[in-house]
Amino acid sequence: MLNFIVRKIAMLIPTLFGITIVSFGFIHLLPGDPVTLMAGDKGMTVQEHAAAMARLGLDRPLWQQYLGYLGQLAHGNLGTSLVTHRPVLNDFLTFFPATLELSICAMVLAVVIGMPLGVLAAVKRGTWFDQLSMSTALVGYSMPIFWWGLLLIVLFAGVLHWAPVSGRISLMYYFPQPTGFMLIDSLLSGEPGAFRSAVAHLALPSIVLATVPMAVIARQSRSAMLEVLGQDYVRTARAKGLAPGLVVGRHALRNALIPVVTVVGLQVGALMTGAILTETIFSWPGIGKWIVDAISSRDYPVVQSGLLVIATMVMLVNLVVDILYAVINPRIRHA
Amino acid sequence: MPLLEIRNLSVTFDTADGPLEAAIGIDLHVDAGEVLAIVGESGSGKSVAMLAVMGLLPDTATVRADAMRFDGTDLLALSPRARRRLIGREMAIIFQEPIASLNPCFTVGLQVGEVLKTHQKLGRAARRRRIVELFRAVGLPEPEAKLAAYPHQLSGGQCQRVMIAMAIACAPRLLIADEPTTALDVTIQKQILDLLMDLQARTGMAMIMITHDMGVVAETADRVMVQYRGRTREEADVLSLFAAPKDAYTRALLAALPERAGGGSDLDGVAFTEEEGA
Ligand SMILES: Nc1ncnc2c1ncn2[C@@H]1O[C@H](COP(=O)(O)OP(=O)(O)O)[C@@H](O)[C@H]1O
Ligand SMILES: [Mg+2]
Repeated sequence: MLNFIVRKIAMLIPTLFGITIVSFGFIHLLPGDPVTLMAGDKGMTVQEHAAAMARLGLDRPLWQQYLGYLGQLAHGNLGTSLVTHRPVLNDFLTFFPATLELSICAMVLAVVIGMPLGVLAAVKRGTWFDQLSMSTALVGYSMPIFWWGLLLIVLFAGVLHWAPVSGRISLMYYFPQPTGFMLIDSLLSGEPGAFRSAVAHLALPSIVLATVPMAVIARQSRSAMLEVLGQDYVRTARAKGLAPGLVVGRHALRNALIPVVTVVGLQVGALMTGAILTETIFSWPGIGKWIVDAISSRDYPVVQSGLLVIATMVMLVNLVVDILYAVINPRIRHA
Repeated sequence: MPLLEIRNLSVTFDTADGPLEAAIGIDLHVDAGEVLAIVGESGSGKSVAMLAVMGLLPDTATVRADAMRFDGTDLLALSPRARRRLIGREMAIIFQEPIASLNPCFTVGLQVGEVLKTHQKLGRAARRRRIVELFRAVGLPEPEAKLAAYPHQLSGGQCQRVMIAMAIACAPRLLIADEPTTALDVTIQKQILDLLMDLQARTGMAMIMITHDMGVVAETADRVMVQYRGRTREEADVLSLFAAPKDAYTRALLAALPERAGGGSDLDGVAFTEEEGA
């Protein structure tokens, strides 16, 4: 098992290397540069511009800048933001908990609702329950996130006034945030009503972000379950006289989990993309918003290293999924 | 009274191309302690009939019969709960594909233990001892170590031994063996057959041995039924069937035996008309 994990981690290194090339290339290919954008309407002379670019080292050939960047990374330095003048890592750590909190809530929602829905639909194949839940999943899957988010805002915030429109907590609350997770910090603060406010703010963005993965997980759980229910070993389990709950919940589910866990892992990657959109719709102060802002101000170090950190996170999640996969699937573990 | 009695059993599958008759008008009976062989080409409805007896057919199947009784219990009128108390305990089945028949995600120890847990009140330690005892009885090497083995770590023959251990765990009165050796290497086939016949002789359980190999029939059965295209063509005790086969299809099956024909021939391609029957 340890061997397996070490091998998987070693395989991450070339991928990370590739990502540095892509993220570096992406931001430098965009037209415009940070100096011009920072000067804004005031404008600057050509000489001033050239001097500023030289000061930032942006006048060197791209390959030199890239090698310089790699050298920095090798020393564990992610660089400094051109805009805030703070280390990229600090900014990342400021914004990341908000994204993590939103993503975890969305993923928990997607798994806790999507998986039982799919399993039940498979067991009750062809019934109205199966048809209703699978057509709902299809609608959820095809719903554009932006439109779906606005729809929920109009309904629950605009018409019903059940939920707030934006942010992580009502502005009337102000308390220290030792963990960065609003749900936990609001509880720790002891302020009456703070936790409720945090939950209310989290509800709509979580639902919006959870919709697509929930639909994918439900459909995948159903098809995995259907496939497994037709296997010989399920017939053997029934031939033993086992109760239906054991046949489905132990013998079938355990095998169906194998492809579902893979899909959940892939959805975690997709969640990052969804999080950027969702954060934009709900003005959620997370890394999605951070990166989007950095791209518009051509904050090269933030975009390069930010993307690298996000990609690393996604890969680490996938690594955890791989390990989980090996734990539930003995055939991989012993390979 | 026979242990298992079936009169005029028919199974129809509801398929996308309309109804499919998988078994038509099957009659059979097995007495306690008797070994009945059912011989027939593949696709003639042997497995489907046995799954109907066990109640393991999918929802798309419709089972009809004039009578289907096990030890006086009407199998057609059995509630799902009552059937679960019967199968795995009083009657058990082993299948053609031993590796696919075991769940890849659980140890074989757990899978055999489940039968005991479901049907017998044994403590954890007693159950463990019983599983090891069963593994020893079916001739698995290193029975203690096998408790923690997964199916993919065993050979096909060993998996079939595990299936047999599972089937005999509660000392059933009827064991259905559905082509138990077809998927195995030739050298292993004989070992598994010997094991089954040895267990049958020792426990006195009745057995239905499904096969398409007349050689297996000769070695195992008291009585033989020959199936062809979903129907029964001939039924006789083994000695008289081998001495004087009445049916043309039976004669062809016998002719295919190596010691009679000097070489095997493929019967599945040969067609026999209804008129040629007995
Ligand atoms: N679940 C099923 N759905 C539809 N048709 C089936 C199903 N199981 C078996 N059949 C059909 O029933 C017929 C008899 O199959 P089977 O009993 O397995 O034959 P065999 O005598 O080789 O054991 C075959 O034509 C097979 O295709
Ligand atoms: Mg068969």
